[in-house]
Amino acid sequence: MTLPDPTDPKSSHRYIPNAGEDIREMLDVIGVDSIDRLFETIPDDVKLRELLDLPGPWSEVESRRWFRGLAARNKTGADHVSFLGGGAYAHYQPAVIDQMLLRSEFLTAYTPYQPEVSQGTLQSIFEYQTHQCLLTGLDVANASLYDGSTALCEAVLLAERLVKGKHKIVLAKSIHPHYLQTVRTYIQNLGIEIVEVGWGADGRIDLGALRAATDGAFGVAVQSPNFLGVVEDYEAVAQATEGLTRISVIAEATSLGILTPPGQHGFDICVGEGQAWGIPPQFGGPYVGFMVVREALKRHMPGRLVGETVDVDGRRAYVLTLATREQHIRRGKATSNICTNEALIALAANMYLSLMGKEGLREVATQCLQKTAYLRNKLRGIASLELPFDGPVYNELVVRTPFPAETILADLEEQKILGGIPLGPFHDGHENDFLVAVTELHTKENLDQYAAALSAAISRERR
Amino acid sequence: MTEEQTQQKTALEPLIFERSKSGRRGYQLPDLEVPEQDLDAILPAGLRRSEIQDEVEVSEVDVIRHFTRLSKLNVSIDAGLYPLGSCTMKHNPRINEEIARTPGFAQSHPLQAEHQVQGNLELLWTLEQTLKEIFGLPRVTLQPVAGAHGELTGILMVHKALSKSGNARKYILIPDSAHGTNPASAAFAGYEIRELKSNSRGTVDLSTLEAAVTEDVAALMITVPNTLGVFESEIKAMADILHAKGAYLYCDGANLNSFVGIARPGDMGIDVIHSNLHKTFSTPHGGGGPGAGPVGVSESLIPYLPTPTVEKREDGTFYLDYSHPDSIGRMRAFNGNFNVLVRALTYMRSMGPTGLRRIAQMAVLNANYIRARLKKHYHLPYDAPSLHEVVFSDKLQTPKDVHTLDIAKRLMDFGFHPPTIYFPLIVSGALMIEPTESEPKEELDAFCDAMIAIAHESQERPELVRSAPHTTPVRRLDEARAARQPVLRWKP
Amino acid sequence: MATPEDNHYAKSHEYVHLEGDIATIGITEYAQKELGDVVFVELPQVGSVLEAADELGSIESVKAVSELFSPMTGEVVEINEALADNPALINTDPYGDGWMIRMRVSDATEVDELMTAEEYDEYIEKESGH
Repeated sequence: MTLPDPTDPKSSHRYIPNAGEDIREMLDVIGVDSIDRLFETIPDDVKLRELLDLPGPWSEVESRRWFRGLAARNKTGADHVSFLGGGAYAHYQPAVIDQMLLRSEFLTAYTPYQPEVSQGTLQSIFEYQTHQCLLTGLDVANASLYDGSTALCEAVLLAERLVKGKHKIVLAKSIHPHYLQTVRTYIQNLGIEIVEVGWGADGRIDLGALRAATDGAFGVAVQSPNFLGVVEDYEAVAQATEGLTRISVIAEATSLGILTPPGQHGFDICVGEGQAWGIPPQFGGPYVGFMVVREALKRHMPGRLVGETVDVDGRRAYVLTLATREQHIRRGKATSNICTNEALIALAANMYLSLMGKEGLREVATQCLQKTAYLRNKLRGIASLELPFDGPVYNELVVRTPFPAETILADLEEQKILGGIPLGPFHDGHENDFLVAVTELHTKENLDQYAAALSAAISRERR
Repeated sequence: MTEEQTQQKTALEPLIFERSKSGRRGYQLPDLEVPEQDLDAILPAGLRRSEIQDEVEVSEVDVIRHFTRLSKLNVSIDAGLYPLGSCTMKHNPRINEEIARTPGFAQSHPLQAEHQVQGNLELLWTLEQTLKEIFGLPRVTLQPVAGAHGELTGILMVHKALSKSGNARKYILIPDSAHGTNPASAAFAGYEIRELKSNSRGTVDLSTLEAAVTEDVAALMITVPNTLGVFESEIKAMADILHAKGAYLYCDGANLNSFVGIARPGDMGIDVIHSNLHKTFSTPHGGGGPGAGPVGVSESLIPYLPTPTVEKREDGTFYLDYSHPDSIGRMRAFNGNFNVLVRALTYMRSMGPTGLRRIAQMAVLNANYIRARLKKHYHLPYDAPSLHEVVFSDKLQTPKDVHTLDIAKRLMDFGFHPPTIYFPLIVSGALMIEPTESEPKEELDAFCDAMIAIAHESQERPELVRSAPHTTPVRRLDEARAARQPVLRWKP
Repeated sequence: MATPEDNHYAKSHEYVHLEGDIATIGITEYAQKELGDVVFVELPQVGSVLEAADELGSIESVKAVSELFSPMTGEVVEINEALADNPALINTDPYGDGWMIRMRVSDATEVDELMTAEEYDEYIEKESGH
């Protein structure tokens, strides 16, 4: 046997306080002579006879060395000028947020099941819910969902439950392709049919096709700004989809600082990705999905909800409420299977929205608009470069050159520019297109250099 | 004074919206620099909103104070024992936080070209190898971002595999002691639920299982050890019964903390397991999330894994592989909760093989120590040997009209977060205690002393217990009021 | 509270008060006590036709939800709108203001399948194990 003796001081570990003497005292109280005796219910034939074949234990020094070595092999926005968006954006991250997230009381608490000792988390969620309502123009927001893609899945499932006998959902083809793929995964055994509606020359949803697709459908989902960066006309979409449950999808949350809120245009549900609210891109997660609905849908909501009440002394306080919707009570008939959510990221979003506030949210969005418009104008002057969609954009646009997107982007990478996201892998026939995102973090110099580098890259390819 | 003002006066901390004052600001952005264009020329007025009505105006100082004060209203694992059964509230090492914040990880974008993110891909690949060794299973997907998300992933794979062989079947079997997410996930994967009754040990009898596994059954979803902390000693025989009928064995790995490094799910005949990295592998719970719920599978389920998978080429480079025609598809945008995965791998390396085994040993020792110290004072509804958690009930206290909820609330006055209560459902008035390996003996003793004191109080001064807590920032809440007239947002 | 003698009772703890072909239906005193504070009731729409033992709706307390079953066959002619704003009426006055629906029954003799007050008292005595 090569297995170590747990009472041997050499076996002690910095994260596990009890050691030699403690163990012997505790075994005495339990009335057994070894820790192994406590594992007798695990049959011998499934017990490991040796240690797992894994590295470690490492000191912090060794961990830093190895993990930093890996991180150094990435080329990222940390050492390049990045124009990457496509559902994950680099915005200003106020220093306050990360410092506060490291507070033990937020970081190392669990779901606030016991409200008397969790008012900090509960009140923050209540505030977060309020921000979501103000931004989207809808009535009731939940405590968070995993991310934008799964939030859309939950919205589709919610909408289907509302209408008996209809099982068709209309989805704009210009919704983030990963979101569409995730919806297909979620609904694969639930008898829901998906009809996708494409876009017109301006990059907006094809309204004629949309109107035709609504027949027999229970709901419709449209993303704005869509995956092509184009801002949809909510009013026109609403008119084309009378009688359906309307879902608005937001993949760039800062756009809510300037775009009309979906609740103003007859949308019933707004779902989206809150990463743009000051959360680092961190290779895709953790992010925070949000969902806001009309008042009438609140009892159909997936996920946790925090409500206001009073304690026995009449003091205002907050508590998880309307819990009978959830899996721990309704089990197989719950509105969702979600339990763990993205609470800490929702807290970060609450801090971001509070710091930026009424003016800051508007200013971020205005800067995105202005800087994108500036770059768009610059790009229009580049020979052989085309901007295929002429609809209004927020902070992202599609660029087309006569050459494969990957070729042009490789050239830009040599200039320390992460120049965009190729569209070809997502949509056939767009092999020469890529998505370019601009935020308030870009300087005028960044934008000028980008246009110049792109122009040079095209010239080099022409030769 | 109006009624509203009275409320504000008694609030512990005003809402951030109530701190708002016109003209305050909490941010400064860099200069616009580019020439400003007429907004109407960029974005038609009909697409623009007016000001965000009622949004806050506060300074950075206001924000720091507000959230610092809010934080003080929480208890946390850093402050002391947090023995929520099934939740595995263990120490969250800070090196994990530091490494997750490395700019090369934090600023990497999810849609970057593979050659730009070789570091990330190697990390994901390495984590998969590590989990494969821990599970004893040949492949693991890292996409699921929570336990329930992993359950859905796993059952969708079972459904797809069975569909491929001609019949997806109708039912998932779930013991009555299971977490609520199990039936919910199975339902969203397209199945109906059949509940299995537990026996007097709290486990599932082989004969019960044998009778329940019809040709219509797709899988058994079972938590190992179960929610009473009792290991299903006949797990291999259970797997045989299921496999003989062409059904799968799904393991809810929420309780992996009790046997990591001691035994491996793959060696027990388990076909598919999820592990909550925020439990066994120490990523912080953050007030309810984020988490991660990787899923390990046996050979026969590999073709159905979510796409993309992370693969290593012979030249040592890494890539994302989308070429799995039978895949269930994508479970989420991008690459899962990457920066939770970074933390978990850091932890696995900090522990090493000796540390991982020690986790289970000391978690089980701690739970059995509590069990030994409290069993004279609290009713033990199932006395089968338990591993990492122990479930008591309020049966000895109810004659004095003291219930589990009262005991839980009273514990707060002693400075402890209560255990999980009223779960599992098969125990009336359950108190489910999971100390984890993080607790020193002194802390366990203080907790047991508090529990024993409450047991005495329940006999001698039951009213004191029934009216607890007495020392917390707020006292018991009117939860019926919250649900009857829901107020779910602030309004001016 | 004594179990009213002029009602009939189902094993799933609904009561029926029949006047002519109109049945007033709610849940019993015993049921409301077991549930605790009622926070929400989901009722069928006026005009729906239910068979005996069909699901009639659901009733929720803070941490539990129970299904309600129709004790009789018939058409729902009225629902208690007051419960939407004040579900606590079910706790305070289950046999009076806390009624749930009125139904035009298609076969009044179905009440004979239900329990009398005396039978129901015996039934709950056994069920609660006291």
